[in-house]
Amino acid sequence: MTAPTYTRADFQTDQEVRWCPGCGDYTILASVQQFLAGLGRPREEFVFVSGIGCASRFPYYMNTYGMHSIHGRAPAIASGIATTRPELSVWVITGDGDGLSIGGNHLIHALRRNINLKILLFNNQIYGLTKGQYSPTSELGKQTKSTPYGSIDYPFNPVSLALGAEASFVARTLDMDRTHTEGILRAAYEHEGSAFIEIYQNCNVFNDKAFIQLTGKEERVHNRIDLEPDKPIVFNEGAKAVVLRNGQATVVDSSSVDPAAILVHDPTRPDPSIAFALSRLSHGPYGPTPLGIFRSVRRPTYESQMTAQIETAREKLGEGDLSKLIASHGTWTVKDPSKNGG
Amino acid sequence: MAEQIATAKPVTANTEAFDKVVIRFAGDSGDGMQVAGSRFTDASALFGNDLATLPSFPAEIRAPAGTLPGVSSFQVQIADFDILTAGDQPDCLVAMNPAALRKNLMDLRQGGTLIVNTDAFDERNLAKAGYKTNPIEDGTLDGYRVIAVPMDELTKEAVKDSGVSGRSVLRSKNFLALGLLAWLFHRPTEPTIDWARKKFAKTPEVAAANIAAFQAGYTLGEATEAARTTFVVKPAALEPGTYTNINGNSALAWGLITASRLSGLPLFYGSYPITPASDILHELARHKNFGVRTFQAEDEIAGVGSAIGAAFAGNLAVTGSSGPGIALKSESISLAFMMELPLIVINVQRGGPSTGLPTKPEQSDLLFSLYGRHGESPIPVIAAASPSDAFGMAIEAARLALKYMTPVLLLSDNQIANGSEPWKLPDVTSLEPIPVEFARYPNGPDGVFLPYMRDVDTFARPWAIPGTPGLEHRIGGLEKEAITGNVSYEPANHQLMTDTRAWKVANIANDIPRIEVNGDIDAEILVLGWGSTYGSIRAAARRVRLGGRKVATTHLRYLNPLPTNLGEVLNSYKQILIPELNTGQLRRVIRSEFLLDVKGLNKVAGEPFKVAEIEEKILEMIK
Repeated sequence: MTAPTYTRADFQTDQEVRWCPGCGDYTILASVQQFLAGLGRPREEFVFVSGIGCASRFPYYMNTYGMHSIHGRAPAIASGIATTRPELSVWVITGDGDGLSIGGNHLIHALRRNINLKILLFNNQIYGLTKGQYSPTSELGKQTKSTPYGSIDYPFNPVSLALGAEASFVARTLDMDRTHTEGILRAAYEHEGSAFIEIYQNCNVFNDKAFIQLTGKEERVHNRIDLEPDKPIVFNEGAKAVVLRNGQATVVDSSSVDPAAILVHDPTRPDPSIAFALSRLSHGPYGPTPLGIFRSVRRPTYESQMTAQIETAREKLGEGDLSKLIASHGTWTVKDPSKNGG
Repeated sequence: MAEQIATAKPVTANTEAFDKVVIRFAGDSGDGMQVAGSRFTDASALFGNDLATLPSFPAEIRAPAGTLPGVSSFQVQIADFDILTAGDQPDCLVAMNPAALRKNLMDLRQGGTLIVNTDAFDERNLAKAGYKTNPIEDGTLDGYRVIAVPMDELTKEAVKDSGVSGRSVLRSKNFLALGLLAWLFHRPTEPTIDWARKKFAKTPEVAAANIAAFQAGYTLGEATEAARTTFVVKPAALEPGTYTNINGNSALAWGLITASRLSGLPLFYGSYPITPASDILHELARHKNFGVRTFQAEDEIAGVGSAIGAAFAGNLAVTGSSGPGIALKSESISLAFMMELPLIVINVQRGGPSTGLPTKPEQSDLLFSLYGRHGESPIPVIAAASPSDAFGMAIEAARLALKYMTPVLLLSDNQIANGSEPWKLPDVTSLEPIPVEFARYPNGPDGVFLPYMRDVDTFARPWAIPGTPGLEHRIGGLEKEAITGNVSYEPANHQLMTDTRAWKVANIANDIPRIEVNGDIDAEILVLGWGSTYGSIRAAARRVRLGGRKVATTHLRYLNPLPTNLGEVLNSYKQILIPELNTGQLRRVIRSEFLLDVKGLNKVAGEPFKVAEIEEKILEMIK
């Protein structure tokens, strides 16, 4: 059987895309469609599940199987699909409100179980669909409709949270950089188990230029740290480097340290401590911020173990027999008196 | 006065025959009363009695030892005919300590047999139970046949060679009591000994101790004439067949596994632990060789969410909980209703609201089941009537969910879940299959798939599961355009879809059995019940009839939609009584549906109706 040949158009639906003009979601949609078309895998094997929010309209625009579900619950619903149909490729589309606020519980548990889900969290640091309240990733002091005096809610760092939740794959990318996004999508797709990708996504209506430090021509040179496996972590055209000091990742001038002291990136380290340290370099993209794969380790998936338990039970006990099941608590027989002549 | 038995000489006891006997085991939570009760029950089942059980235990795992809140009990009625309840009043009570005596003595029939563990009646335990003097000695027990046994001392003696030591020794005293009862009621001993061997196979010393204590209890009765009279309850003349003793949670789990076989769909159960529904999860988790997938979710919402995902993916998807958990699932059930996916939601009701009485029965989630969702979301609601009935109702829930592409709520309660009764095993090869056909090909023009193009008879939409080429489609919580399933905010479309979803469910009335009237069809009064009150209502009607009066009964298994002939049946009786373990929820439904002035008998005391309570109410109404 030959692999189907697709173009991006094969993954587009006839539904009118209804995000605001200029929204970062358009770029992410294009990246995902382009990436899937390139895989050559049958379209019917993909399932996109979302919750509620701007990002969660995503499945309507993907010509695959899809479900636009309940606020925050997509990881739970997707878990039911992925654990019972391991042959499918199941993707969760969520946002900072959907995934980290109302659905935070489902997100962390899906990650720790290592269910084969690819979770794309579009982080725009604001509530869009409800028109501009602060979100669990909004910076302290942010003035919004619901925080006229500034936010006093200390924000989550989604990458730190995912690492703390025992995720086996954690990455961060940026809506505007489609090449980078597609590279991360591929790595997540090839990873066996749950993959968490934070995608910085610009909301040009309620939180425009939130990521300017990483997207602005001037700014990005100083702030974008590309994490590349097996390479020393340097940025700003080599002028800056990351070292570990007392277990803490720290930015230094490259010239001020021995090159051997510069941290070499290794996302496959079994212990997540260094990945976590890297995630703490920035708390929101207001200074030097790492992009790329923080962690990628192998661990058995939930569904492979579930299937193995079923297979073992069948080998040991044989295929289930209903008659034996209902008699398994012990039985007694009442005889027909007429047949006994009694 | 108590009959002191330890030194009495062996004499052959007289036997007395009874058609039914009610026995209650009561002791501290740690005394093993549930084990003793269920072993006695199983031996009685294997002996051939009809029976019904009612366990009662505190919500605390181990309340402080010796206190009133720590008392756990297990009641069983055994009979030589087809009984319907665990009985109103014990004829025999086992009290392992003063607290158990204090809490249960008022229920014991006057002249009934009382077995007490005298070793537990020390000053400390007496004080904990609120006794100022020892009831064994102060005349409190006059009027009962008391068998006073130093159980601690006898247990220690019995198990001394078994290899258990220290605090484990006294753990066998429930078996001593059980052995004594086995003698008193002429129960076969092998089933209990076999059970202990198997159950404690990994700790042979515990098996040996329990068996030794059991035999010591039996011998004690035999050798000392522990009671002047022993009780004979002959096997019941049940319908010929093979029987097992079944509780409602097991029956429900087995029904789901059977439905999985009948439909050819793998079973998925997404659930979060909650009393009294957890045993369904436990039971299903054991049967992986049937291809069962159980998923212990992070919370109730994820339990139902994972089941919705499994339904979309083509499984027989089930979630289960009790009232508070169902409240958390409510939003998700509405999503399943909106997306029109097959889903079974089990509610094993308990006393509410909130944490309420988590280990006690109540039927107070009926209105919540019928109406407890946002938006217009009527879903089918059905209810099991007894432990064994849960098997068939689980299959029925699956049939309705799969045929009509809808969530179905299946109600049980703590009495059904933990109570047990003999069940004539069905021939599983002759059960009706549940046909399921996934969509395979586009159903619209030009190879287009229309996910909301409905079946002309059932109005069910097609079920196209991921992996099927050419049928890629999206569903979700937003209103759908009829036929295409595209998102639609059109006013006329929302009206049409709301009406269509309601009509689809209402039409199920034509696919369920008509209600049948039991007893005196020409009576003046009809007693209408639903759920676990089945046994008490039937037993009460039987007593009324024995008294020479007429009464008709009928029982609802389908609460939404209601059977098509219900109105006609109700209208042919002068008086209608609805006994419910709530404040009148079905009564409210019947009044609003049929504009009938039905009367209620209502109780929310954390216990089932006594047969006498319903009997009295019937007699009062037809006086």
